[in-house]
Amino acid sequence: MADLSAEFVGIKSPNPFWLASAPPTDKEYNVRRAFEAGWGGVVWKTLGEEGPPVVNVNGPRYGAIWGADRRLLGLNNIELITDRPLEVNLREIKAVKRDYPDRALVVSLMVPCEEAAWKAILPHVEDTGADGIELNFGCPHGMAERGMGSAVGQVPEYIEMVTRWCKQNTRMPVIVKLTPNITNILYPAEAAKRGGADAVSLINTINSITSVDLDAMSPEPMIDGKGTHGGYCGPAVKPIALNMVAEIARNPETYGLPISGIGGITTWRDAAEFLTLGAGNVQVCTAAMTYGFRVVQEMASGLSEWMDEKGYSSISDFAGRAVPNVTDWQYLNLNYVTKAKIDQDACIQCGRCYAACEDTSHQAIAMNEGRVFEVKDDECVACNLCVNVCPVEDCITMVRVPGGQMDERTGQTVPDEYGNWTTHPNNPSARAAE
Amino acid sequence: MANSHLTPGVVSGRLKAEAYHDNFSDKEPPFDAHEAAVAADRCYFCYDAPCVTACPTSIDIPMFIREIQTGKPEAAAKTIFEQNILGGMCARVCPTEQLCEEVCVREVAEGKPVEIGRLQRFATDTVMSKGAHPFTRAPSTGKQIAVVGAGPAGLACAHRLAMKGNDVVLYDARQKPGGLNEYGIAAYKTVDDFAQKEVEWLTQIGGITIETGKALGRELTLEALRDQYDAVFLGIGLTGVNALRTEGEDKSHVHDAVDFIAALRQSGDLGKVAVGRDVVVIGGGMTAVDAAVQSKLLGAEHVTMVYRRDRDHMSASEHEQDHAASKGVRIITGAAPLRIVGNGAVQAIEFAYTKETAEGLTLTNETFRLRADQVFKAIGQSLEGTPEGLQLSGRKIAVNGQGRTNLDGVWAGGDCAIGGNDLTVTAVAEGRDAAEDIHASLMR
Repeated sequence: MADLSAEFVGIKSPNPFWLASAPPTDKEYNVRRAFEAGWGGVVWKTLGEEGPPVVNVNGPRYGAIWGADRRLLGLNNIELITDRPLEVNLREIKAVKRDYPDRALVVSLMVPCEEAAWKAILPHVEDTGADGIELNFGCPHGMAERGMGSAVGQVPEYIEMVTRWCKQNTRMPVIVKLTPNITNILYPAEAAKRGGADAVSLINTINSITSVDLDAMSPEPMIDGKGTHGGYCGPAVKPIALNMVAEIARNPETYGLPISGIGGITTWRDAAEFLTLGAGNVQVCTAAMTYGFRVVQEMASGLSEWMDEKGYSSISDFAGRAVPNVTDWQYLNLNYVTKAKIDQDACIQCGRCYAACEDTSHQAIAMNEGRVFEVKDDECVACNLCVNVCPVEDCITMVRVPGGQMDERTGQTVPDEYGNWTTHPNNPSARAAE
Repeated sequence: MANSHLTPGVVSGRLKAEAYHDNFSDKEPPFDAHEAAVAADRCYFCYDAPCVTACPTSIDIPMFIREIQTGKPEAAAKTIFEQNILGGMCARVCPTEQLCEEVCVREVAEGKPVEIGRLQRFATDTVMSKGAHPFTRAPSTGKQIAVVGAGPAGLACAHRLAMKGNDVVLYDARQKPGGLNEYGIAAYKTVDDFAQKEVEWLTQIGGITIETGKALGRELTLEALRDQYDAVFLGIGLTGVNALRTEGEDKSHVHDAVDFIAALRQSGDLGKVAVGRDVVVIGGGMTAVDAAVQSKLLGAEHVTMVYRRDRDHMSASEHEQDHAASKGVRIITGAAPLRIVGNGAVQAIEFAYTKETAEGLTLTNETFRLRADQVFKAIGQSLEGTPEGLQLSGRKIAVNGQGRTNLDGVWAGGDCAIGGNDLTVTAVAEGRDAAEDIHASLMR
């Protein structure tokens, strides 16, 4: 059976599934339940500096969007960092770590952007026996207005500076949590690395308004007739997170920098995808908040089954395996020609492929007598839209036109060899280079 | 001592009061909003959807389902009513398993169609329960049209004509409007006096005067109507009942199923409707099923439906047959009545098994007897009292595609006219289309 154990920046955990810093990890009670359910580690909900804790709103903290049968697809929140006193959190962290020495326990931190503030809190965290710290440079609401959270995370120089302060003032590994609310994720990632970060974790939540109450004319979640942007998370954000993780994983400047993958991870498959794209472990929040802590058992069993099927005995056997296949558009093989093919036995004749292609694409599907839908190879550009809108899995597939055969759409013979935009005759730069 | 299912003879009060309520409540309970959203989400919004083609009234089914899915059942209802003003009744009585749901791509692929009928009911109930009428009447045309028969065809015709600004007088022979909706459908398919509520809701369009108790050939003549009105639409249904022509048919407690169904619908108290201990229903259509199932629901001990041909020839759908079986009705196929036995009242019926031969259906020598203290005949209805001058085609009024008869200014539709399939929804389509044609010809 596959070994799910993971080691991330020297922190060992029995599996790669950690709970992200969030409401599920705000208290000893929750974290003990999480460990009992099987989570490999937790990042304790963000601690602030000593003194009166922050306060939260007393109206709704969460907004959501749903799919069919009210399946939760996206969640947003306007909750702040922990609103419990620092000393209570520290005491509880220590107690939990003592009782669960085999689990990873990382503490998320957010204090004002002054070295003294970071210097003051770090020894307290070290005293708990925690395995590491995560710098919360991501929180997009409330704390940012006070010069913390994403206000730091959006300025690479600040990231570098604070990371360096932490590295200079603690022996614990430092993970820098990045905000996606920026134009290019590489700048903050590179800054973290320059500051000496042991790892980055991403993504934090995305600025969002989940919906508008059309009676109250207020964004949701609504507090007394008003709303503010909250942080978006859950299955809906996964594609954004995957891309950002992959960008950092393949960027020469940050190559090899450990990444803790976060963003909409709900199943073993989501986790496997993050791991193949360069994450060393994953952090989960919304799935646990939606279904409870037991979901980790499905993630563990599913990942283990998949690893067994593939012959992977440990996480390292497949971690990062997809990274080399992430490339830039200009390097994609333009001589790779495919055509959609409809399996008539599987087709249920709904005609969605036809409507999509006829109305919005390339008029490459014919609707024949008896609702028989057929691809016109001389029109098909292989856009894949028909595959995506077809309600039957694997009914429409993309079949490669082998090299040497004619592409009926262009009338040209498909070349055998790889050829991309950089060498394409239509590319002015390519011609100039000749 | 109260009666029970074992009490011999034809008696009422076989059940406790609450059992009647349970037995005759909604056959299929309506969706709540969440169930409707989930059911609506299964619709693929097919291109040129087969369900629309299969619907005799061509309701834009994918569109109304999408409107439900996005939380606007009111918009969905309007989409339905634009094509079928009796969409509420059709949602209850349409054999969807033979129409829209039969061809739903998910039925074909998975054997589990989108529940179109129940979704239609959700949308139409939402609007009708508020009493809101979604259409407004066009300015008056000054034209007056007589619609004879306030059943599905007549109601649909009257509504469409009124909506277009015409004045309509809607006549019906019975005491209440609604036709078979009111008198001819099993009670559990249309609970809470829905047929009457639907007529009231429909006539909110304005311009429709209902005159009940007036029948063609009795209080009315076609000649006078043609003189008095700019046009006449006949939706008079099939009021004649086919006879068995079997020895002993005249014994007491041998009834026409349609009369039993009508009486049951009109009874204020089901505990007062008498039913036999051993009931035999002869026939294989919807009327036979409705009579058989309701006999069982009234507390008959044994109910048997006997149909002369094989199961494939039964006009009751498989779904209806299954429903009957689930209520404990025994279905015997391939047997025809030989004679009804009894001393005054029926006591038994003798049947012979039948055989399909080149010459048609013939009786075999294999016979059997069923004990019966009540017999319902459900072997079809026929046109009765056709006014002179109207050309027939077979046993129905001859019409063209727009419902025009051979007489100038006279249209016909629904069960009385040729071309339909004796379904409510088809009658609605014919009434509606005739109204369009009447209006167009009057505006020329």
